[in-house]
Amino acid sequence: MSLADLTITDAAAGLRAGSHSSVDLTEAVLERASMTEAEVHAYLTIDREAALDAARAADAELAAGEDRGMLHGIPIALKDNMCQRGVETTAASQILAGYRPPYDATVVTRLRDAGAVLIGKANLDEFAMGSSTENSAYGPSRNPWDTGRVPGGSSGGSAAAVAAGSALGALGSDTGGSIRQPGSLCGVVGMKPTYGTVSRYGLIAFASSLDQIGPITRTVDDAVAVLESISGHDPLDATSWAGDYPDLTSEIDAGVAGKRIGVVSEFAGEGYEPAVTGALSHTLDQLSDAGAEVVEVSLPTVELALSAYYLIAPAECSANLARFDGMRYGLRVDGETTEELMARTRARGFGPEVIRRILLGTYALSAGYYDAFYGQAHKARTVLRTEFAAAYEKVDVLMSPTSPTVAFPFDAKSDPLSMYLSDVCTIPSNLSGDPAISVPVGLDGRGLPIGVQVMAPAMGEPVLFGVAKTIERLAGFDARPAMVEELA
Amino acid sequence: MDRSTLLPMPIDIDIAHVARLARLDLPEDELDTLRSQLSAILEHAAKVQSLDTEGVEPSNHPLGFVNAFREDVVTGSLDRDEVLAMAPEARDGYFAAPPAMSQE
Repeated sequence: MSLADLTITDAAAGLRAGSHSSVDLTEAVLERASMTEAEVHAYLTIDREAALDAARAADAELAAGEDRGMLHGIPIALKDNMCQRGVETTAASQILAGYRPPYDATVVTRLRDAGAVLIGKANLDEFAMGSSTENSAYGPSRNPWDTGRVPGGSSGGSAAAVAAGSALGALGSDTGGSIRQPGSLCGVVGMKPTYGTVSRYGLIAFASSLDQIGPITRTVDDAVAVLESISGHDPLDATSWAGDYPDLTSEIDAGVAGKRIGVVSEFAGEGYEPAVTGALSHTLDQLSDAGAEVVEVSLPTVELALSAYYLIAPAECSANLARFDGMRYGLRVDGETTEELMARTRARGFGPEVIRRILLGTYALSAGYYDAFYGQAHKARTVLRTEFAAAYEKVDVLMSPTSPTVAFPFDAKSDPLSMYLSDVCTIPSNLSGDPAISVPVGLDGRGLPIGVQVMAPAMGEPVLFGVAKTIERLAGFDARPAMVEELA
Repeated sequence: MDRSTLLPMPIDIDIAHVARLARLDLPEDELDTLRSQLSAILEHAAKVQSLDTEGVEPSNHPLGFVNAFREDVVTGSLDRDEVLAMAPEARDGYFAAPPAMSQE
């Protein structure tokens, strides 16, 4: 087995046991990228020399006894909507081609402080708008399990890198499922933390009341390690949680005996692949055998969550993306007046899905429609939160498929609405602000990975991780993409 | 309240007006395609109107935070030259732009 296929936990133990160095790990990951990138295209930018410099620094510190913790010397990928000082950051948009931020996002600062080795910037759907990476202005990423299929999105590059071994872990961002759905489609763990617990400073904003950064890793323990290093209050983000943070590991080995698990009954039926619902049923049987009490829970308003989301997210995006005006950074297409310059620059610089959402949001916020659309969507959000809160009075966690389907072929969802439906199970947790995780549990008949989703109340990360780790142990999922088996 | 009166159906969008508001200079044929795509998405999104929200407050923040304050102290900021280096055009320490209104 190559060092590129280690979990973060094992790689960190090996660093301290002297069985390999951070330079060894980093070279293994860069070597893997050189073999897989032509097919997978997980990255938009790989910063080879800076990565090796960081690895040498980590080795020197560890040798001197300066141990920064689990991520010290570990190669990590960043989604390319997170600003890294001096490194091209495009959000996969033409409008930001060549942009080199003059500052680090807070998550980047925290990863540096933890001694992590930043490998490069992973591909995404333009401005994180999409579920397949097909909306990247620089070409899609491909799923390492089947390069004729999408890796999911929008954090598809991050998930593909972790699945292919071109990073040991990655950061993604999740506005409607953009960490969990690609995690599920690529057979890796993807976790969206409680809103406000990871700083959004330096994350290129899509929908500010929904966006949250989180880890994409090979195991639940690895997700805990990454989240521990990036979460915490940040005065640079006005929505950052300033209260107490739970101990993420307090229930990690608690198992599920006596735990009450609610299965969301609305997330089944038409559009759900039998292999996906079958994998969830099997997981629930295993949890039940392990001592959990499994009950059905109905959340009627989740049926409207997608509708509310496709008003709130575009409305916020239309405001956030107003900053791309051809004045301060990025593309400029000249015009006689500032307005002409802006309108030409934006029409040229944004791709079709981004334009669609800006127009949708502008319409939903415009005079005469605000109450009927945006206002009503935010009231629906309140109703949904109330329903979730009532459910968590009765159960510890909720479960569902992560995505109704496994990885789909390219161009299979060219109609925007059908693409939006692939986030139907993940969107409600963004609207409620609660944490959720996707854990891989098996493969379908074609050898494509299937994930299950666990959801918990706000600040419920400890129970979330405890249940997720039990699922991981019971599933014993250790399959790897054929391209990785051939290289390992 | 009769919610069916909230919205004219089918949804008719003045797409040229919306594009102007959004500062997007798009060709006519693209606007036609976008109008029909947006109508389909909005008809789906309009389902939120079926929900009874009488007396429900909107949630503008998922966890209900209101304001975050910090101490009113001077801190460092980004280096001006470094910031302006990323601008398409800069002059005398400022971002440079054409006039806000036509010269004619």
